[in-house]
Amino acid sequence: MKDYSIFDVVGPNMIGPSSSHTAGACKIGKIAYKLARGDIKSVTFMLHGSFAKTYRGHGTDKALVGGILGFDADDERIKHSFIIAEEKGIKAEFHEVDLGEVHPNTVKIIITKNDQSKTEITGSSIGGGNIKIIEIDGVQLEFTGEYPTLLVPHKDMPGAIAKTTAILSQHKINIAFMRVYRHDKGNNAFMIIETDNPIYTEVINDIKAVENVINVYLVTII
Amino acid sequence: MNFTKGSELINICKEKNLKISEVMLAREVNLSNSTEEEILNKISISLEIMKSSIEKGLTEDVRSISGLTGGDAKKIKARREKEKPVCGFLMSKAISYSMAVLEVNAAMGKIVAAPTAGSSGILPAALFVLAEEYSLTDNQLIDGILTASGIGMIISRNATVAGAEGGCQAETGSAAAMAAAAIVELMGGSPQAALHAASISMKNVLGLVCDPIAGLVEAPCEKRNAIGVSNALISAEMALAGVESIIPFDEVVDAMLKVGRSLPFQLRESALGGLAATPTGIRISKEILGK
Repeated sequence: MKDYSIFDVVGPNMIGPSSSHTAGACKIGKIAYKLARGDIKSVTFMLHGSFAKTYRGHGTDKALVGGILGFDADDERIKHSFIIAEEKGIKAEFHEVDLGEVHPNTVKIIITKNDQSKTEITGSSIGGGNIKIIEIDGVQLEFTGEYPTLLVPHKDMPGAIAKTTAILSQHKINIAFMRVYRHDKGNNAFMIIETDNPIYTEVINDIKAVENVINVYLVTII
Repeated sequence: MNFTKGSELINICKEKNLKISEVMLAREVNLSNSTEEEILNKISISLEIMKSSIEKGLTEDVRSISGLTGGDAKKIKARREKEKPVCGFLMSKAISYSMAVLEVNAAMGKIVAAPTAGSSGILPAALFVLAEEYSLTDNQLIDGILTASGIGMIISRNATVAGAEGGCQAETGSAAAMAAAAIVELMGGSPQAALHAASISMKNVLGLVCDPIAGLVEAPCEKRNAIGVSNALISAEMALAGVESIIPFDEVVDAMLKVGRSLPFQLRESALGGLAATPTGIRISKEILGK
């Protein structure tokens, strides 16, 4: 069982009113922001379950947009995120949907960038401001963003994983958790690598150079 | 120096002649690989947020998105300044401070969940009324947060602090237990007395349901935070006088979990029972969510 830190008990520091409906929503938005790497033209939020029913009263909508703007869960600008997004020319819309057998506080975020490319990410707010991401671009996966997390889309070919982990080893980065997912054999796959040590740009660039690695994203929320 | 139960915490305090706050700080150093100074600095940020959330709720025009809460903390302050408070200045302040934090929370202001957002007014109110009454320093209040976190950690580990799992007893009951223990230590009471205070606070609200109107963290949450800080102060007063909880803390925590599990789903934050399901609760919910 997890050892609770004092900051798990007295914390998080957050913008109200609800750790799951506001703080958690902001964190999911922030991971989408990190994945999109800026240049966002418009965002569609598909709200499921309790998120769909109570999002206005809880400010879930403002928190999600705040996340998309790169705000942390304790950033007081969240309250004015709609205005800030408008100033930046980012359009946001909200739909109440049924995403099926997922946690009641789940949102699917569809980002359209200025070059018309799209990124889709689905996350659940699982209580106390904690979240998990459950799908990215159609690939089902799972990570929390609590650790420095690398998301590495790659071709499902021999060596891609070994070469990536070798680079982490060279940089003395310890892997806490690692999982691999794929759409179908030989095609698009994902590595999710959660580490104990911070990850610097140099490491990301080294991994990007690996054969069959398509891209590298650092999607930490801490 | 790790522990999971109240009894283990008391043994560590006795063996090493430490306060609960000192045990918690040493434990955190171990757990996080941070220095004492780093941890204390981080807590002082939380303390600062607590302080400003109280001030904001008492001085600024705070109103929630739904319009259900806002302005009540100021009313209590205004009455206290003009007329004689029914339950004394300290209690009047405590009530208004806790409500101020909940109003700021509902208005999308910055707060520290302690242990949850819905119960975030209780610990700050207890700490800052005591600080004003007895001229306590910020460092002492930081110790108070450490002590409170010890109680909250034991409850989180062995039961729950989530309203959806355990009802309001798990949220405002836990917050009151945490605050009560902090008050006892700040007033010079022993670790045993702190645990008695925590036990008494929890016992006082055993069975309290979570039935928020429209599912929002506003009503009755705000007023239950006022009751929560009063509960903490009353329980601490008893424990400091040597009044003991007949049932030990760990057993009270177990009882709280069992009571929580036996609460029907309707009374655990689903907004389907209790006050949320009254004709007025339903009408308000339709008005807000239909907006």
